Amino acid sequence: MKHSLLTAATVACAMTTGGLSLSAHAADDYKLGLVTFLSGAASGPFGIPAKNAADLVIEAINDGTLPAPIQGKGIDGRQITPVYVDEAGGATKQTSEFRNLVERDGVDAVVGYISSGDCLAIPAVAEELKKLTVLFDCGTPRVFEEADYKYVFRTHSTASMDNIAAAHYVNDNVPELESVAGINQNYSWGHDSWRDFTETLKVLRDGDIEITTEQFPKLFAGQYGAEISALQVNSADVIHTSFWGGDTDAFVLQAAARGLLADNQVIFTAGETALNSLGEHLPDGAIIGARGPFGPFAPDSELNTWFQTEFTERFGTPPTFPAYHMAHALIGLKLAQDKAGVGASTEEVITAFEGLEFEGPGGKVEMSRGKGHQAATEMVYGRLERVDGEITFTDIVRYPADCVNPPEGTETVEWIQAGMPGAECN
Amino acid sequence: MKTKSLALLFILGLAILAGGLLLPQWMSYLFTIAMGKGLVVLGLVLLMRAGLVSFGQGLYYCVGAYVAGMLTQFAEVTDILLILLASISVSVVIAAIIGLLLCRYREIFFAMFSMAFSMILYGLLVRMQVLGSTDGFNVANPSLLGWAPGPEGASDLVLAVAVFLVVSLGILAWRYLNSLSGYAGEAVRENEIRLEYLGGSVFKVVYVKYIIAAALAAIGGTVTALVSGHVDPEMAYWTTSGEFVFIALMGGTAHVAAPIIAAVLFEALRTYAFAVAPYTWQMILGFALLAIILFMPSGLWSLVERFQNKKARKTT
Repeated sequence: MKHSLLTAATVACAMTTGGLSLSAHAADDYKLGLVTFLSGAASGPFGIPAKNAADLVIEAINDGTLPAPIQGKGIDGRQITPVYVDEAGGATKQTSEFRNLVERDGVDAVVGYISSGDCLAIPAVAEELKKLTVLFDCGTPRVFEEADYKYVFRTHSTASMDNIAAAHYVNDNVPELESVAGINQNYSWGHDSWRDFTETLKVLRDGDIEITTEQFPKLFAGQYGAEISALQVNSADVIHTSFWGGDTDAFVLQAAARGLLADNQVIFTAGETALNSLGEHLPDGAIIGARGPFGPFAPDSELNTWFQTEFTERFGTPPTFPAYHMAHALIGLKLAQDKAGVGASTEEVITAFEGLEFEGPGGKVEMSRGKGHQAATEMVYGRLERVDGEITFTDIVRYPADCVNPPEGTETVEWIQAGMPGAECN
Repeated sequence: MKTKSLALLFILGLAILAGGLLLPQWMSYLFTIAMGKGLVVLGLVLLMRAGLVSFGQGLYYCVGAYVAGMLTQFAEVTDILLILLASISVSVVIAAIIGLLLCRYREIFFAMFSMAFSMILYGLLVRMQVLGSTDGFNVANPSLLGWAPGPEGASDLVLAVAVFLVVSLGILAWRYLNSLSGYAGEAVRENEIRLEYLGGSVFKVVYVKYIIAAALAAIGGTVTALVSGHVDPEMAYWTTSGEFVFIALMGGTAHVAAPIIAAVLFEALRTYAFAVAPYTWQMILGFALLAIILFMPSGLWSLVERFQNKKARKTT
């Protein structure tokens, strides 16, 4: 037992000295914790593009080379020093890494989190440690519906928006729509997406919609033979899928080989990240979403042109929606800090951030939900069409923010089921 | 146990507690998580003493965590003692039922069956949208006998409770291992037929160990849930159970202190691996395990044993 005491003491000493050496940094830097998936299945489609965008935008902010209207070098004059952390390991692990960032590394703010589970677990810790935190990519609407947070912001819309808009789109643009089918991953994202889509569709059509089959294969299953058979047997006018990453690739390749994509309309609510890898296998007419006005749907602006060209030049592929999400989070944070002024306290930055409206590379962001902490943006869908082998989009429909986002103070599912009162769709 | 060594242990517990409270918060948080995991691994070590490796301790870890989460969130029970009592009862009932089947199997079959049960729980939780599916839900701050320390003091409260649990349960486990039924575990591993001939019941020995391990895992899960403030089905996933086996192998099964120390080391190793190599931290963990298996096949505790043997040789 004496020896275990000795060992424990050694461990404690080792940890303390390690902690001290890691927390030394220059005082006039703006230390920014950045958390995205650097390993695992979500790193390829989401984590790495987001990290690349962070590198690009932070460099531009530090050099002051972002196009107008964004001005000034650094964040309120301070140069940003990023501290990267891998988001892998689950919510318990991430809460401990968040504490490390705040207390050991002494960051000024944290931008991060792709997984919805992490986005639900982190805000409570952020409140406890009183550290400004910007969630940049996760989709669950529960974050600001279940609680109010002071120190936490999210600069993009929830995943509900994608699926509410998807229901509007197929209702308006698929002639003689009678039935839908779904294939979604068996976890929160898949279940929530499918629920929001079908509930909205029921409201829009007064219940006049048939659901032929709903498939929930395992996350990262990779093999969809049985599900594709089920979708072919229970044929529907539109197939809804919220697949992302390698699952989209696997599903599209297998479904294309069996003719499912040629015979059926498919709507990919998060399909945009797969365009670069899968473009040639996607049939004309596939409906693609980008979780907001991003990528091919981004509005024309000097900022967007700069983002697209610089990103493509530097990393070889055009930026996808996680990259835009990251850019928006960083720009939103910079604008809030600049607005609060040099030497502002965290509380003053929060007041500046609340209800902020700004233009990012992906258009207008209004922090108009969740008491000024949750953004609402417009949502866009379009049909893929090849012109001389180049991927373009037709039938592009833009849904205004107030059409596809539940109003302030409502809970998404209840709002949809109540018939979406107050939605302004014109 | 002599009163002298008991007093020594008591002082040790107080020292750990004081150290934990004095550490910066991120460290005391890590330390509390390590205490929680250490308790789970302690249960696993009891089973390993009987030659059984469970790849399904995540089941009880998750049950303990979800009981804590559901009580604080839906029943508004925040008293840490009530929560612990509830999660122990629930896990013991589940273990008593599953154990009837599981304890008839050995080796790989036991490992696979235990894993299967924890994956069933994972599958059920993923389907339950009320409980947040894979996203899980948040756990409210705990209180103790009517005293609610709020968000700032909650982690210190959990730390104190965790240290108390580790020390007291550690002593109990140590006494259990040095009792007749504790030694019967090793007899099961060495020769079951012989144990039966001696008049012992192999099934009873394994069954009791399985239930104790389940209760310890549930306590560990409750501690983790209360300190991290969030639960999700990942806690029942087989990789979580695998992590416990990893820690058990790291520490070795020779002493009850081994899993606790290994858990602290594991958390420290992982958090520094994260900081030093954000892209390749898994590799650092992998190499660490490889090194331990190659150079210390019976875990880190073999270092202590080597030291003790040397001393023993010197004195004789």
